[in-house]
Amino acid sequence: MVKKIFAQAYLWILLLLLYSPIVIIVIYSFTEAKVLGNWTGFSTKLYTSLFTTGTHHSLMNALINTITIALLAATASTLLGSVAAIGIFNLKSRSRKAISFVNSIPVLNGDIITGISLFLLFVSLGITQGYTTVVLAHITFCTPYVVLSVLPRLKQMNPNIYEAALDLGATPMQALWKVIVPEIRPGMISGFMLALTLSIDDFAVTVFTIGNQGLETLSTYIYADARKGGLTPELRPLSAIIFVVVLALLIVINYRAGKAKKK
Amino acid sequence: MQEDKSIIEVSHVSKYFGEKTALDDVTLNVKKGEFVTILGPSGCGKTTLLRLIAGFQTASEGEIRISGKEITQTPPHKRPVNTVFQKYALFPHLNVYDNIAFGLKLKKTPKQTIGKKVKAALKMVGMTDYEYRDVDSLSGGQQQRVAIARAIVNEPEVLLLDEPLAALDLKMRKDMQMELKEMHKSLGITFVYVTHDQEEALTLSDTIVVMSEGKIQQIGTPIDIYNEPINSFVADFIGESNILNGKMIHDKLVRFCGTEFECVDEGFGENVPVDVVIRPEDLYIFPVSDMAQLTGVVQTSIFKGVHYEMTVLCGGYEFLVQDYHHFEVGAEVGLLVKPFDIHIMKKERICNTFEGKLLDATHVEFLGCSFECAPVEGMEPDTNVKVEVDFDKVILQDNEEDGTLTGEVKFILYKGDHYHLTVFSDWDENVFVDTNDVWDDGDRVGITIPPDAIRVIKITD
Repeated sequence: MVKKIFAQAYLWILLLLLYSPIVIIVIYSFTEAKVLGNWTGFSTKLYTSLFTTGTHHSLMNALINTITIALLAATASTLLGSVAAIGIFNLKSRSRKAISFVNSIPVLNGDIITGISLFLLFVSLGITQGYTTVVLAHITFCTPYVVLSVLPRLKQMNPNIYEAALDLGATPMQALWKVIVPEIRPGMISGFMLALTLSIDDFAVTVFTIGNQGLETLSTYIYADARKGGLTPELRPLSAIIFVVVLALLIVINYRAGKAKKK
Repeated sequence: MQEDKSIIEVSHVSKYFGEKTALDDVTLNVKKGEFVTILGPSGCGKTTLLRLIAGFQTASEGEIRISGKEITQTPPHKRPVNTVFQKYALFPHLNVYDNIAFGLKLKKTPKQTIGKKVKAALKMVGMTDYEYRDVDSLSGGQQQRVAIARAIVNEPEVLLLDEPLAALDLKMRKDMQMELKEMHKSLGITFVYVTHDQEEALTLSDTIVVMSEGKIQQIGTPIDIYNEPINSFVADFIGESNILNGKMIHDKLVRFCGTEFECVDEGFGENVPVDVVIRPEDLYIFPVSDMAQLTGVVQTSIFKGVHYEMTVLCGGYEFLVQDYHHFEVGAEVGLLVKPFDIHIMKKERICNTFEGKLLDATHVEFLGCSFECAPVEGMEPDTNVKVEVDFDKVILQDNEEDGTLTGEVKFILYKGDHYHLTVFSDWDENVFVDTNDVWDDGDRVGITIPPDAIRVIKITD
């Protein structure tokens, strides 16, 4: 009995510690106080001012940049990664192992290294850094994750189904679209999701490739803002909204995964 | 006559995977409407041959024609054949209907026609009302039925089947065999069927193609293949058989097991060593009497349902006998075989022959090694020679290091009183060995040849 209580308590304390920072942010997003920690009564003013045009122009701009960059990078890396995974899967065992190894290096490599090396690359090629370079950089570090999430689906696939499609009169391209892509779609979707979150989350690579043309993403904006002295209060409702959106996405993904398993 | 027209012509086709030869100069003609089975042990190249016909792989050498059209390099989607795969290979994201309609949709067949054809195909395989089922929810047998329906709905000229029943249990397999035969009859298209199951091949086929090691061993009707196997491999692989060393005294008289037997074969010459094949059901077994050609003692007796399977030891030779009558172990029995039940085969070889080179008077090189041999006279060192070694003089050792060279036991044939082994040496040449020791397929062995067993023969040109 005592053991059970301890086990339960351990779990709840752990969850509390994990989630308290985000819970605090969500709670304090409903008050007007400039400094986090002061409760000046319930208010949704921060939410309204966040969405009032003009007032927090640069913050909203950074948010829009973050989202568009993430969508572009995730889409491109999903396409590139899936094609790469199919290519890797069809290699001979020896070269497949070699390429898989090379693919996993960027995953394990520190973001800071990726950031610096991309920065040096763009500088040495004389490319002006800005929106494009950030998107390119994000595609670079997202693609290996897509490859990693698509490859297992290919390995699970019955190796004959591609041949079966050809046998029934499909051209190699049709066989790819009608048979292979449906088979690896779950891997592509989870790869896309992963790329999306990685891109939204990224700071280290972004800061090295964003240039000095005044472009900001959420992460660089918050960083700059924090250094200027204190965080803008509107970041609290923004964080709360992002948290809720991510939570909703997560629930949807888990629900889908659960349904797929039952099937 | 349409019946005699070849629909598939495979001529001198070879296929290499790197250094490995999967198919070695295979020539095969399949007649229109035939049910042809390609039969052989695993790794004999039968699936490769099917895949070449389907177009999933291309031949390294040779030519393949279907309906007279050269298609050696044609990609699979342009060939008038459809394949049923061993593991069904249904599309998991599509339901039964869409799986079957896949090929028709690609051909832009009108929707109503597709519906009608799919229904007909489902009826053909006994799966009516399963249209909208998920393929994952079907049993193995049902999935294979859908796979067959998916292939035949396209009305191919040839249906290729790659061990389609291998994944099913025995009872289901028997049912499906009958259904396939029925289907072949009612569809009237050519079936090319690959299997390693000799019983399945005998049951289903019009023609059986026996393959081993990338080569076609024999092509014939099931009855031909069973009754007149062309060599000891075919005799051993199809059904059970007693294969013995014998000697053709003269036409219609053969000697084996220390006794002379009348037979019906002729044209082998006089006093020629031959292989004798007797099917176990062709041996009559009875209490010892004057009728007995051989007498022996029953060693083992196993009840097999319809018959008893007994081994009888006659003068050092073991015979496998199948009979409805039961004889106790230890009983003395007589055996009799009728002349037309004795099948004589020419021996492929009577001793090992290698190409070699004389190193000096007492050493010769062959199989990539130097061997000591009895002193050779009248030949200069470095001359190319022929080396002969009798089967029973080759010594096999458990310990690979003890042998002059090493190899792997590849094929074992029981010859009544000894085993005839084919050992694939690491020099990529076969060494044939007669031995009384029991070895297993795939055993790694050391090979030793004693000096007095090596006959060095001058090549006369």
